[in-house]
Amino acid sequence: MLHTFTISELSARLGRREISAREVMQSCLDQIARVDGRIHAFLSVDEADALAQAEAADQLLAREGAAGRPLLGIPVAIKDVIAVKNQPLTCASRILDRFISPYDATVIEKLRAAGAIVFGRCNMDEFAMGSSTENSAFGPTRNPWDLERIPGGSSGGSAAAVAADECIASLGSDTGGSIRQPAALCGVVGLKPTYGRVSRYGLVAFASSLDQIGPFTKNVADAALMLRVLAGHDPRDSTSVPEPVPNYAAALEGEIRGLKIGLPKEYLIGGLDAEVKSAVDAAVKTLAELGAEIVEISLPHTEYAVAVYYIIATAEASANLARFDGIRYGRRVTGADPVELYCRTRGSGFGPEVKRRIILGTYVLSSGYYDAYYLRAQKVRTLIRNDFLNAFKRVDAIVTPTTPTAAFKLGEKSDDPLQMYLSDIFTISCNLAGICGLSVPCGFTRSPRLPIGLQLLGRPFGEETILKIAAAYERQTDWRKARPEIP
Amino acid sequence: MAAAEFDIQYIARLARLELTPDEEKKMSAQLGRILDYIEKLRTVDVSEIEPTAHAVPLVNVTRPDVVCPSLPREEALRNAPVQVNGLFMVPKIVE
Repeated sequence: MLHTFTISELSARLGRREISAREVMQSCLDQIARVDGRIHAFLSVDEADALAQAEAADQLLAREGAAGRPLLGIPVAIKDVIAVKNQPLTCASRILDRFISPYDATVIEKLRAAGAIVFGRCNMDEFAMGSSTENSAFGPTRNPWDLERIPGGSSGGSAAAVAADECIASLGSDTGGSIRQPAALCGVVGLKPTYGRVSRYGLVAFASSLDQIGPFTKNVADAALMLRVLAGHDPRDSTSVPEPVPNYAAALEGEIRGLKIGLPKEYLIGGLDAEVKSAVDAAVKTLAELGAEIVEISLPHTEYAVAVYYIIATAEASANLARFDGIRYGRRVTGADPVELYCRTRGSGFGPEVKRRIILGTYVLSSGYYDAYYLRAQKVRTLIRNDFLNAFKRVDAIVTPTTPTAAFKLGEKSDDPLQMYLSDIFTISCNLAGICGLSVPCGFTRSPRLPIGLQLLGRPFGEETILKIAAAYERQTDWRKARPEIP
Repeated sequence: MAAAEFDIQYIARLARLELTPDEEKKMSAQLGRILDYIEKLRTVDVSEIEPTAHAVPLVNVTRPDVVCPSLPREEALRNAPVQVNGLFMVPKIVE
């Protein structure tokens, strides 16, 4: 049962030498063998390497104890978009299907320095483009709570792996909600740090001004622990910010009495499922009972966020994905000349959603259209950011549903890209504004029993506040006690 | 109107993406609908508003212009589709 524990629960037992890192890793591998045939959270798992890391962790524990290594012996699974040396890095795309990474991302170096066992390549939407993990070139991941439903995306594999206890924690990436939305749909905690809080060195870039790496965990305390390990300035990422890293775990103590929490009226709209609304209303009531002051606020440019995102993110993606040209790495389909080689390689190597976004991005940046689309979108982005900065003058955090509905069925939205995009409405503004956000479980739909997530948004570098509120809420509820029954 | 002017073959060429005729047709329609949706941005008053390229207030992050170790050649070639004599092999570029 070791695979069902949290980081804190395992660390305590590992520290007391009651259990070994090898036993923990084996427990996760056994769970993967039991359920991943159906869930498909993992694209690959290097068992030998994982167990070797576990052995090394046990030796370290015996020699020195865990001091200074807060994740010693903890198995952490990795979204297949983050570079791990000598492991595959496919981004769930055919164009990289044989690529082996020659280096570790900064976050991987940090996890290793903290003693974590870095293992597995988690399934995702191809190049992080999607909200359901149905865009993976290697088949979808299924929601552990209902195998006919999506786990969310693009970090669907990372979320499902934690929900199904196939790992103790995992890493994902979030560009428009790709950590928070799958966290909500899979009933786990997912955190998107402030832009610049965590290094992007070694993260395959989708949209460089929006991407952030963040953790999936089973509870808020574990998320705080993970963030402390992952955060920090990195000279190899010129967009990382030299902001000191606080002790996030210390911030979890104490009451939220007197904190002001904003409820944006534009988020309580039609299209919001009644059960989701009811769960979020109940959660807000709990926060009020804990002494928080609930304040109605307005984020007036909310309705433009999806449009702005699909101009800026696709434009940046079209530039970032230009490097996949079949020359230096990845799949190649040859041609009579380089241009033909590029066209054939990219045409056959990329999936339909990726091609759609590259085309849209190329169009909005093209001569004659740049001002009307890209420049205009960047200006509306300023307005969206200002909405949040103004709100944070009046409140300490903002609370919203994470998603408008619980998990939908596989295939339900995959034919209508626009419908899929609109389901990101609550998460997308956070990336545009560069602020931090997390999703914490706040209930279930009645039938079928599907998780519902509560989103907390914080000011830039305000992770302590949203973690504190999430922890206080979590202490009052026991949603975590429910586990999916995987047939 | 944006959708009508959308020349998918031209854009695909710019993006170096080969599309099948079927893909061209399907994608054109899908992108047309998305572009129609994006039109709502035209109604926003953005006069006097500065664009945000980057959400964080950092400017001109530099490091000293000094040669530092980088990926060894063998590592850099490891994933090469076609390599010859320690070089990436490509089709003829210049006639």
